[in-house]
Amino acid sequence: MTITKTQRDILGSSALRPDGISKVQGDFAFSSDLHAENMLWGATLRSPHPYARIVSIDVSGAWKIAGVECVITAEDVPGQLTYGLISEDQPVFARDVVRYMGEPVAAVAADHPETCRRALAAIQVVYEVLTPLTNPEHAIDASHEPIHPDGNIIRRQRIMHGDPTATAPIVVEGTYDIGMQDQAFLGTESALAIPDHDGAGVEVFVATQWLHEDRKQMAKCLGMPEEKVRLVLGGVGGAFGAREDISLQVHTALLAMRTSRPVKMQYGREESFFGHVHRHPAQIWMRHHANTDGRIVKIEARFVFDGGAYSSTSSAVLINGVTHTQGPYQCPNAVVDGYAVRTNNPPCGAMRGFGVVQACFAHEGQMDKLAAATGIDEVEIRLRNIIHTGDTMITGQVLESVAPLERCIRETAAMPLPAEMGSHPHELDLPGGSGRTADRRNIVRGIGWGVSMKNLMYSEGFDDYSTARCTLTNGSVELKFATSEVGQGFVTLAPQIARSVLGVDNVTYDTIDTQIGSAGSTSASRQTWMSGGAVDGACRMVRERLFEHVGAVHNIDPLRLAIDDTDIIDTVGTLRISVQEASANFSVSETYEYHHRKTEDLDENGQGNCHVAFAFVAHRAVVDVDVELGLVKVVQIATAQDVGRVLNPMSVTGQIEGGIAQGLGLAVMEEIIVTNGIVRNPSFTDYLLPTALDAPQVVISMIEVPDPQAPMGAKGVGEAPCISVTPAIVAAIRNATGKSIDRCPVRPQDICF
Amino acid sequence: MPIFIPSSLTEATQLLSKNPDAHLLTGGTDMMVEVNFNHRHPDTVIALRNIPEFQRWNIDTASGLVHIGSSVPYATMEHGDLAKALPALAEAARTVGSPQIRAAGSIGGNLGTCSPAGDSLPVLAALDAVVHLQSESSRRSVSFAEFMVGPKRNSRLPNEIITGVSIPITNGWQGYAKVGVRNAMVISVASVCLAIHDNKVRVALGSLGPTIIRCTESENWINSIGLANIDHSLAKEFADHVRAESRPIDDHRSTAEYRRHAVGVLAARLLLRGVQK
Amino acid sequence: MSELEHYSLTVNGVERQVSDAWIGESLLYVLRERLGLPGSKGACEQGECGSCTVFVDNAAVCSCLVMAATAVGTQIATVEGLNDDGSLTDVQEAFITEGAVQCGFCTPGLVMAVHHLLDHNDSPNEQEIKEALSGNICRCTGYGRIFAAVDTVISVRKGVSS
Repeated sequence: MTITKTQRDILGSSALRPDGISKVQGDFAFSSDLHAENMLWGATLRSPHPYARIVSIDVSGAWKIAGVECVITAEDVPGQLTYGLISEDQPVFARDVVRYMGEPVAAVAADHPETCRRALAAIQVVYEVLTPLTNPEHAIDASHEPIHPDGNIIRRQRIMHGDPTATAPIVVEGTYDIGMQDQAFLGTESALAIPDHDGAGVEVFVATQWLHEDRKQMAKCLGMPEEKVRLVLGGVGGAFGAREDISLQVHTALLAMRTSRPVKMQYGREESFFGHVHRHPAQIWMRHHANTDGRIVKIEARFVFDGGAYSSTSSAVLINGVTHTQGPYQCPNAVVDGYAVRTNNPPCGAMRGFGVVQACFAHEGQMDKLAAATGIDEVEIRLRNIIHTGDTMITGQVLESVAPLERCIRETAAMPLPAEMGSHPHELDLPGGSGRTADRRNIVRGIGWGVSMKNLMYSEGFDDYSTARCTLTNGSVELKFATSEVGQGFVTLAPQIARSVLGVDNVTYDTIDTQIGSAGSTSASRQTWMSGGAVDGACRMVRERLFEHVGAVHNIDPLRLAIDDTDIIDTVGTLRISVQEASANFSVSETYEYHHRKTEDLDENGQGNCHVAFAFVAHRAVVDVDVELGLVKVVQIATAQDVGRVLNPMSVTGQIEGGIAQGLGLAVMEEIIVTNGIVRNPSFTDYLLPTALDAPQVVISMIEVPDPQAPMGAKGVGEAPCISVTPAIVAAIRNATGKSIDRCPVRPQDICF
Repeated sequence: MPIFIPSSLTEATQLLSKNPDAHLLTGGTDMMVEVNFNHRHPDTVIALRNIPEFQRWNIDTASGLVHIGSSVPYATMEHGDLAKALPALAEAARTVGSPQIRAAGSIGGNLGTCSPAGDSLPVLAALDAVVHLQSESSRRSVSFAEFMVGPKRNSRLPNEIITGVSIPITNGWQGYAKVGVRNAMVISVASVCLAIHDNKVRVALGSLGPTIIRCTESENWINSIGLANIDHSLAKEFADHVRAESRPIDDHRSTAEYRRHAVGVLAARLLLRGVQK
Repeated sequence: MSELEHYSLTVNGVERQVSDAWIGESLLYVLRERLGLPGSKGACEQGECGSCTVFVDNAAVCSCLVMAATAVGTQIATVEGLNDDGSLTDVQEAFITEGAVQCGFCTPGLVMAVHHLLDHNDSPNEQEIKEALSGNICRCTGYGRIFAAVDTVISVRKGVSS
């Protein structure tokens, strides 16, 4: 079969993925699919202890195994011994002490993965086990010795806004616990490193979210200039934040440099759970003061994010959390205190929603408590408090983004509810599914709400610019960018932009690598805005050159020219010439760097214009609950999301449905269980992800109010879907059961006891 | 030659006698997880997938027994005549892993692994199934209760191969229910099989102790009352009896407290389903 | 490692030699690393994600849990063999046109699972579809576009046959 197209794949169309055919046929080269001649396999030895002193490491046993070509430890790191996204506090290999279960201690390269496993088993590490710091409160109260030279507090941030003594007649408070969620991308960490023949450099194919940042950190640790470390994006099997930090990059490159042979590393699922950071577990206390009409007067809050052993992006996650204390609501007065702390638990960092997921779970729980305390309906209480463009937030920053929040809520509320459950439902439609645990009479239905706002792009003064190049030759365009395609569809969008701006149809993109400037990370809902802005800018520059060329040929002022479909037209004359024809024997290439507006650090009182922009979303959840067994089936999620402008409806739908499934996972099943620093469920048998039978009906409205600050008017859509859906589901469970549940994921025992 | 794929039972038992350290492999869905996760490094394997009698099943109405060969996959138990004869086994089979696992995994493997969370095992316990074992020189049959002796421990001797099971057909209702925190593809947190034969109730529990637990005290209690008298309030009492016989533990999948609670709920619900109330 | 194995497997109708293999190698590993067929993906190594789904004697199974050396004598079919001439099957086409592909890591396994479902049941209902795909985890899509793709194939096949 062949796919026939009936319309041009421009902005606003559901253009199909250019990598779709190779992906459905199994031809697409994920980083784990790569091979090189004479290649070795690499593997990592990890600490079984959450906190221990390394007394000795004896690698001689590994060297004796036939097929082993290299064994490395901290002693073999040629450059900087530590790395990190914000603070370089994480060792490439632990040297004197291990600070979390799974911390790398050594790595080997051998002829076969099984040889690697046996070599790892032959390395003798003597540990002196220490008492781990696992309670984040003990990091704050200094009752445990510092577990790292940088101390146990990664960052503390207060927010003092308005009148701290303000109060109001209605006061509600709650303490909310959010479990440790895993990104659980399907394609585990993998890389192939190929050393240069002269031994002076290395080329690394890796699945990552940010090639240039990886390169920067790798070059330091390898003790090599950045230009000697060339990164190429290997096919990425999902990311969701887990590929923002370094995992196996330095190890793979180092093994390749040492052996002068290509080395491939690929984590198994169990190792993947130890190999990347997770969503921060958090405990959040909030107290809302409101008038009897439900209007919020003051919010007090305290956040504790457990950052685990190394800082990763904890300080930025903390800032996102505390600055979203108010949620999408007006709040004239606030007193907030927040900590991101170091413990001997698994390191935590970026995951879709980045600190806002945790804050939203708390503020939405509070809104329902406020509704109950004032007797105001859950929808009405939110509408009364919503924030508008021009309002001042608790950071003192004025909200400049378009904020169609009222439409988000009203359109969600207007969506039809699912049909009532019939008297003889299919067993798979009941909570418990194929386990046949429930009968119709055991089921209660509930409805709940969640509304959120999420910052877009990086914050606090960080210039996360993006670069793109557009080359027009004989009517065809080739784009070049370093934007990581992790599944989100930037490789679909970028050609759409070029087609719309330039009136061409044949658009390709070059290899995604470090042979052009940085694109920033594929995170923070930022690539449509940032890399989209860069591609748009580069294409516009090329269009100007093309108009100049056409103007010169036809003796017309280029300013009179415009693109109409696939033609160039003279807007005040009669010239109409196809772009194809106009660009014959013409070639032009332009590179554009897109920067978002500048932001500032927060001051000690948490005041400052720290965020770039915001997007909004509302979720309504309908759940069926088997109250006696505590099992839940999410029936329907209705959502209206502020997207600015829809650039590809099918892609946006995919982002919304996918984000909802992840938020559902956090609501009812996904949690990394850690006891005394030991991870108990590092596998897909015990870390449960939603299956097809757990997927709810999803009803979507995309609210299109183009944001004048955004290139093309479009806001990032990646994170908003997964933020307020979690509190909406938990609220629906509360509604069904009448129980006060202030943690997620909700476990059966939280419902039935 | 470290891999053997015998095509007869005789050949298989001979191979096992000669290679007492060999790993026996049926569907592979348990053992390969251990290999992939670096917990097992097999040097010799005897794969049992080509033994014809292991792939057969039959319903012998004369003896009132269903015979299921060791390699019969769960998928076969989910539908058709086998499901009609053993509805509880069909319901249990349907909860095993994913469709892909059910296409490969077999009752012989479930017995070989003998996990307390093995989905088919409560059914075998409740239905008084008999496990057939054969070595090069002898053959024996043991009740399921004698077969499973602990978590992942059974009374199979090193030179024996599990050839299959015989399951008595009951003349009353039978059903299975399993709690997991997902609507499909989930390891059991608590499971119950309840079967009625000659108007007597039998109950067995999975994931509620070191072995599958047959609740004889609860059975005696409810059977002394009589099926005809069962109502919702008696079902609740029955739940408490079953709870009292459970021996749950805390682990990363759930808590002992929840398991004890849930198994009672399941037992009561199955009982009510059984008597159609 | 212990003694190494030599055996042959029939993959997509072609007999392929496997040499010097460790017996613990899964069929997934042998397909990907020895036979140059990386279409089947490994994401969990324990049969909990379905990314490695292949057909062995027409049964859809997780190739990560098949010991490769024991698959001698079976007919193995992988995603690479769905269409010999490189064109798309109706299922593959629907996955693209309905937006069922994002990162694509689960896609080959899901394509195989959908083929298996629809080859055995030409008009599955919603629950049958969901149950048949419940062993294939997708982390990107939330399954909505995958269900849409299955619905599309069902209607197209009905249209063609009626």
